[in-house]
Parts: sequence; C-alpha cells; structure tokens
Amino acid sequence: MTRFGPVLAVVGLIVALWYAAAVWMNAPWVYDQAARANQKVEFGQLLAGTMAQSRPVLPAPHQVAAELWKGVAGQSVTSKRSLVYHGYVTLQATLYGFVLGIGFGVALAMAIVRWRVMEASVMPWAIISQTIPIVALAPMIVVLTNAMGIEDRMVPKAIISAYLSFFPVLVGMVKGLRSPDQMQIDQLLTWHASSAQMFWKLRLPASMAFFFASLKVAIAASLVGAIVGELPTGAIEGLGARMLIGSQFGEPLIMWAALFAAALLAGGLIVLVGWIERLAKRRMGGAA
Amino acid sequence: MIWVPAHPGWLMAAVAVWLALWGLNIGFAGQGGRAARAVVPVLFGMALLVLWEGVVRAYEVSSVILPAPSAIAVRISQVLPMLWGDFVQTVIKGAVTGYLIGAGAAVAVSVLIDRSPFLKAGLLPVGNFVAALPIIGIAPILVAWFGFDWHSKAAVVVVMVFFPVLVNMVAGLAASERMQRDLMATWGASYWQALFKLRLPAALPFLFNGLKIASTLALIGAIVAEFFGSPTVGMGFRISTEVGRLGMDIVWAEIAVAALAGSAFYGLIAVIERWMTFWHPSQRV
Repeated sequence: MTRFGPVLAVVGLIVALWYAAAVWMNAPWVYDQAARANQKVEFGQLLAGTMAQSRPVLPAPHQVAAELWKGVAGQSVTSKRSLVYHGYVTLQATLYGFVLGIGFGVALAMAIVRWRVMEASVMPWAIISQTIPIVALAPMIVVLTNAMGIEDRMVPKAIISAYLSFFPVLVGMVKGLRSPDQMQIDQLLTWHASSAQMFWKLRLPASMAFFFASLKVAIAASLVGAIVGELPTGAIEGLGARMLIGSQFGEPLIMWAALFAAALLAGGLIVLVGWIERLAKRRMGGAA
Repeated sequence: MIWVPAHPGWLMAAVAVWLALWGLNIGFAGQGGRAARAVVPVLFGMALLVLWEGVVRAYEVSSVILPAPSAIAVRISQVLPMLWGDFVQTVIKGAVTGYLIGAGAAVAVSVLIDRSPFLKAGLLPVGNFVAALPIIGIAPILVAWFGFDWHSKAAVVVVMVFFPVLVNMVAGLAASERMQRDLMATWGASYWQALFKLRLPAALPFLFNGLKIASTLALIGAIVAEFFGSPTVGMGFRISTEVGRLGMDIVWAEIAVAALAGSAFYGLIAVIERWMTFWHPSQRV
C-alpha cells in the first residue's frame, strides 16, 4: 500500500483534472446548442451535456474507456473495427522490428568491441543516425522497399522500428561487453582462454544486465517506430492508421481509443520484457 | 537480370574508393589521438556516399526511387530559400519553441514536486510509464485543438519533451549527497540557497541527459504533427506532398536538412553541457 498509494493518488488526480478539462472544453458546444434552441442551461444539464457528446473536443475518461471496451470486446477479433485486430497488426511489425533491431544492435556491438576501427568509424554515425528524425526517412523506406518488389506492408514498418530500437541495444551491449574488469580478463588469460571462450564465458554473461536494461527502452522505441511507420505509409491497418483515420474523419473517440490501446500495448510489452529478464536471470543462476 | 550493373565501371570505381578509404581508416584508427577521432568518421561517411553514388550510377537507378547524392546536392543548391522557409517553420517555430516551453515546465514542476515526497513517489512511476508511451499519438488530437499552424506543433513537442526531462530532473535533484546537504545546513543556508548553490548544479548532468533525449524527440514531434495538417510550408508537409509527387530529390534534401538540424541541435546541447558541467567526471576526457 505504501508503494501504490501515491501512484493511485496521482492517477486519481489526473482523472479528476481530465474530467474538469472535459467540462471546460466541451461546454461551448453545449451553450451553442442551447442558444440555438433558445434554452437556458442549468449547471446539471451542462455537466450531462459535456459528458456524452459524440464528437467532443475532449472526450471524458469513461467515454474513452467505453469506446476502448467496444473496440476490444465488442467486436469479433477479425473485424476491421476491432482494436485487437489493429493492435495485432502493429504488434507484429513491432516484434519483427524489435528482433531485427536486437540482432543488428548486438552484431554491431560485437564488431565494435572486437575491432577498434569499427568503433571509431561507426559509433559517431550511430549517434547521428538517431538525431535524424525517423519520420523524415519513413516515406523513403516505404518507397525503397516497394521498388525492390516487396509488397508486404509489414517490411517498411519493421525496418523503421528496427532503426529506432537498435540504438539502445547497441549502446547497452557495448557497455556490457566491456564491463568485465581487467582482473577477470587476466584470470581467463592465465587459464589460456581463446578469444571465443573469453567472449562466451566472460563478456557475454557479464553483459546480460545491460542487455535487458536496454531491451526495455528498445521495445518502447520499437512500438513508436511501428506506429510512426503507419502514419505516412498510407496504411489502413494498425493502431497508427486508426489514429490517422480518426483524425481525418473527425472522430475523436476513435483517435483516443487507439491512443489508449497503444498505451496498453506499450505497458504490456514492457512488463513482458521485465518478466523474460527475471526468467533469464534465474536460468543463468543470478539472484532473481 | 537486375543484379548485373549497366555500367560496371562506376561500381568498380566506387568499391575501389570505398576500400581505399576503409584501409586509410584502419590506419588512422590504429594511431588513435584527437585528430583520428575526427577524421575516421568523416572518411567513413564519405565512403558511404561514394558507394551510394556508384551503385546508383552503375545500376541506372531511377531518380524516382533513389537519387544520387550528387543530384540531391544540386537540388539542395537550387531550392535553398524553400528549405530555409521549411526549416524556420518546423524547427525554429515548432520544435525549438515547444522544446523551451516543455523543458522549462518540466524543470519547474520537478522543483515543485521535489518538496513533497508523496507527490514524488506517485509522479515518478507515472512519469516513467508515460515517457515510454507512444506519445506521438496525441499529435492528431493537439492539431485538432490548436489548429494547423506552428502552435499545434509546439504543443506536441511540449508534451513529448516534458516527461523525459521531468524524470531525469527529479532524479537529478536527489543526486546531491547527504553530507553535502548537511554542510549546507550547517552554514545556515535557506532552502533556496541550497537549491541554487548545491542541488541545481548537482542535477545538471541528469538534466542534460534528459535534454539530449528530448532534442531528438522534439524534431520528431514537430515533423509528425505536420502529417496531420499544416500550412503549405514546413518539413513534414514538404515530405508528405513531395513523396506523393515523386519528387524524391526534394524529400532527400529535406532529410538532409532534418539530419543537419537534428545533429546541430544535439551538438549544441552537448556543447552547453560541456561548458556548464565541466566538473563532472564524464566530461574529463
């Protein structure tokens, strides 16, 4: 309770502020309607009117929750209106990109730790690559993959999320693979360990804590990549596409529901990575 | 066959230049030192550009798919005024304005909640969670609220940079040691004196960590927000319309501007960090 009390209080405060803001931002519409019907608005009517508009400026929390519930549980999973379906499309791209990003990041980190020239030439560019706004590159990635004859819309999205997720893995792994101290390295050298043995028995296990810490950052980045990848690519499926549709057709509820579905997905993925981390730690004999 | 180049000469020349630069790099990297640290990445970048140019020329890749770097450079020199207009609209008005407001608000809020352990215990997990969310999704909502001009872009940036800076700054305010705070107390320092003379300086390394993360987020936010509606100027607007018109050289020109702006922004923060936190161990190279 001591841990959750403050969190619950803050969340409750946010929800309360949200309701107040909903009343304040939706009120003009209610007054406008009343003025057209030549009626006076009581405070009670004002409250009710701001809570149940079909196209509110700011939907009330329970409206978003209802829309989210309708999108998740109210449809069959294969329906185009189902948020489960759209979430699945985005999740697929996220996971492909995540795996791709991990592979690329780990490989690059191994090369950087092994060869000095790689570090000097690649590392600055890896940093610069992250200062380039990925959204500027995203449309080009779509055009290029199309030109190479790849029809699958999944591929450009996965590449974009790999682009965002490889960097935390790269930085974490370089740090992790270098984390064994000189004493430990010397110890293995006295045992006449080859460089492959050094890698498998010392450097790799030592890097695991860093690896999982960066995975948590990477999975969040990967989801952002998948969603951003859906925006300029004219995608019709996925949570990002759902936000775009909600924006273009002036349906704020669709937009908010997709946004919260994405938030839930992000939270779930982070919890999942944390869970895998604990499992791996236990298997490797560490303190769980 | 697609993999047989139309002009093998260009490809071979490009690969030869690439290998030569790579060999040079191995030599430089072996030497180490300050000059090598600057030269090696530049050579690596040049090698990539040469390879790109060579591949495009050798395979006669259509400019609708992938223009050569030389063609992009020519186009950049032709449309400089337009690029400048887009840069001002997106980076200066949208990203930098929002960045200053968002980071300023985050620092102010962190000082406020730092006084209340209860708020800190509640806001930190929430802030950490929100910092991991795809906040980019609020872009369409804010564009609907604040209109198409740069104000909505700045608003998106404010929300995007707020939480990373807040989380880092709160951690930073806790970074001064018990001993140092006790010393302040023995000197009879007031809360504000202790804040300005000890805790804010001690928080700076954390703050700059957050500011660096936020600098890339700011540009992403400003550009993404333009996909959801913008006046007929701006980098995001230009990219989405030129992709539709197959003007790939303009798109790459905008990407070059975005890369330059992003790196310069990050670099500027790094320089200020070096100047303000020269005492921190991570700055002593």
